[in-house]
Amino acid sequence: MVAYIIRRLIAGVVLLVVMSIVTFALFFASPIDPAQFACGKNCSPAMKAQTAASMGYDDNFFAQWGKFAKGVFVGRDFPDDPKLKITAPETIAHCAAPCLGYSKERTSTVTDLIKQTMPVSLSIAVVAFAFWIIGGVLLGVIAALKRGTLIDRGLVGLSLVLYAFPTFFIGLLLLKFVAIQWNWVPVPEYTPIAEGGITGWLSSLLLPAITLAVFFMAGYVRMTRAFVLESLSEDYVRTARAKGLPKRTVTFKHALRAALTPIVTMAGLDFAGLMGGAIITESVFNYPGLGKLAVAANTDFDLPTLVGLVILLASFVIIANIIVDVLYAVIDPRVRLS
Amino acid sequence: MTDMHSNDGPYLSVEDLVVHFPTADGIVKATDGLSFTLGRGKTIGVVGESGSGKSVSSSAILGLHRGSSAQVSGRIVLGGTDLLMLSDEEMRLRRGKEVSMIFQDPLSAMHPYYTVGNQIAEAYLVHNDVSKKAARARTLEMLERVGIPQPDRRIDDYPHQFSGGMRQRAMIAMGLINDPGLIIADEPTTALDVTVQAQILDLLQDLQREFNSAIIIITHDLGVVAEMADDVLVMYAGRAVEYGPTKDVLTHPQMPYTWGLLSSVPDVQGDTNAALIPIPGNPPSLLNPPTGCAFHPRCVHRSKVPADLCTTTLPELLPGSQGPGHTKRCHLADPDELYRTEILPEIMPDLIVED
Ligand SMILES: Nc1ncnc2c1ncn2[C@@H]1O[C@H](COP(=O)(O)OP(=O)(O)O)[C@@H](O)[C@H]1O
Ligand code: SF4
Ligand SMILES: [Mg+2]
Repeated sequence: MVAYIIRRLIAGVVLLVVMSIVTFALFFASPIDPAQFACGKNCSPAMKAQTAASMGYDDNFFAQWGKFAKGVFVGRDFPDDPKLKITAPETIAHCAAPCLGYSKERTSTVTDLIKQTMPVSLSIAVVAFAFWIIGGVLLGVIAALKRGTLIDRGLVGLSLVLYAFPTFFIGLLLLKFVAIQWNWVPVPEYTPIAEGGITGWLSSLLLPAITLAVFFMAGYVRMTRAFVLESLSEDYVRTARAKGLPKRTVTFKHALRAALTPIVTMAGLDFAGLMGGAIITESVFNYPGLGKLAVAANTDFDLPTLVGLVILLASFVIIANIIVDVLYAVIDPRVRLS
Repeated sequence: MTDMHSNDGPYLSVEDLVVHFPTADGIVKATDGLSFTLGRGKTIGVVGESGSGKSVSSSAILGLHRGSSAQVSGRIVLGGTDLLMLSDEEMRLRRGKEVSMIFQDPLSAMHPYYTVGNQIAEAYLVHNDVSKKAARARTLEMLERVGIPQPDRRIDDYPHQFSGGMRQRAMIAMGLINDPGLIIADEPTTALDVTVQAQILDLLQDLQREFNSAIIIITHDLGVVAEMADDVLVMYAGRAVEYGPTKDVLTHPQMPYTWGLLSSVPDVQGDTNAALIPIPGNPPSLLNPPTGCAFHPRCVHRSKVPADLCTTTLPELLPGSQGPGHTKRCHLADPDELYRTEILPEIMPDLIVED
């Protein structure tokens, strides 16, 4: 088990390194010249070269990646110019570890940008996750246990309909009717816990989280239903019945235990994917999260911010993968003891 | 053991058992009028190719079709009680206690996430009001009894850590922990290699003698029947086609399907002269079984029956030449003669000791 976890961790670190190199390479190969962009419209070749040097864009690919990687661990200065440090220290921005780059566009370190926006995305993701896991798995289990009945067909039908609606449509619908027309809740505006307390925070998240959860929930209802039905037809469930176990023991101890394992995996990965920001939901509700930051950075070719975001997001997915693998080993003795 | 045995009649009596599955394509007639009896301490072998309805029929005895769309009718009288008349809860309380089942593939029949000991103890705890500790002690005792070496160490292993043979022993321990009067073993050795097969069959026989339980052993191997069973019931397309004392059926088989099974027995006695002739063709669909005798599309002897009887009329299960205890479902007028002159010389009598 310990050896297994260590193996997974090492693989994860390797994956992170490779992923960051690939991300770098992608942006390096991009047709947009970031120095040109930063330098502005009336840019002479000399000015451009100077800008490139001050931003570190004149180095070769691996040197640039090396600086980035080093910055993650020890931080770095922008521009990294020892002379300037003495003559005009006020023009140097220090980016403390973990440094993911510096955005000239936003005159801020990428780490700071992420620090400001991530709580919003994380909040939406956590609350949405709670909705969709509780709702999706519960309804999926109910549909499977009531297979073929009106309840089952109703749930499956409803989930299909909801799955078909685009997220922005559901978000706009909720915003228009629940918040604006019927006034059931105030028009949502992100409120941190520090400001509004748990209730203020939660109620500000209600509509965005529901919007996001609906889509996932619809998928999870059908997925859970399929897994539970499959596991109900397993030989070991028949054995459990043949022993004379009561129905609830057969269902909960034997069938559900096995059915929920793949759901844990899916849920972990889906959650990690959401950590990078629910772009559509954040846009609909105008919430200042990572997704919105990514859209904005994309619009004004803010490469450092984009690179930082992509690497952050990919890291979440890789870390979630490791956690899920470890969870799998905890749940399934065949993985743990082989 | 609670003795619910009524003095008149056999311990188990299955009468006209029908199990039909309504499906989108029509009704699957998996069991269609099956009757047999079984005394305490006796063994009946149910043989037939895969898909002939053996598992469906035996699952009906355990009430495993309850809660599904299956239509079950007839009578299953066990120790004087008709199991089909019981409520679901009454049936559940008998499952694993009075009737238990040992399944074909012990790897898939055991839950991969729970230890072997946990799963066996669970079978004991559900029917006995005892502490977990007592259940564990009883589990250890059973594991020891079925021949698991170092049971105190293996009890906390997971099924995948056991070998195939050990898993089947553990399944047997699970099935016998409540000392049931009736054990149904559904192809208990099919998934195992030959040497282990023999050990498991020996173990079952030992335990049967010790507990005086009745056994239904399901198999497609007449060799297993020859070794284990007092009576044999040959099933084809959901019906009994031949039924009688094992020795009688194996020495004087009365109908072509049984002949076919005999021809396809691998040499149990190690007699390499035995020819292995599989029955040509495939078992019929139980959705649209053939008219008349269900075996007729594969039967090479049907031309010996006059007036297309084989394709038009379902033969009844009637006594043949061997007395009232040995019945067969076939129109052939003199099967004994046919068997002696045509079949026997071909298959070499490796199972048949005398003629
Ligand atoms: N739940 C079910 N619904 C429909 N058909 C079934 C069901 N269970 C079994 N059958 C069918 O019943 C027939 C007999 O199956 P089974 O008893 O498992 O055969 P055997 O054990 O003799 O190999 C098969 O054709 C199988 O497809
Ligand atoms: S009834 Fe006819 S078809 Fe059926 S087994 Fe006998 S001879 Fe063959
Ligand atoms: Mg079977």
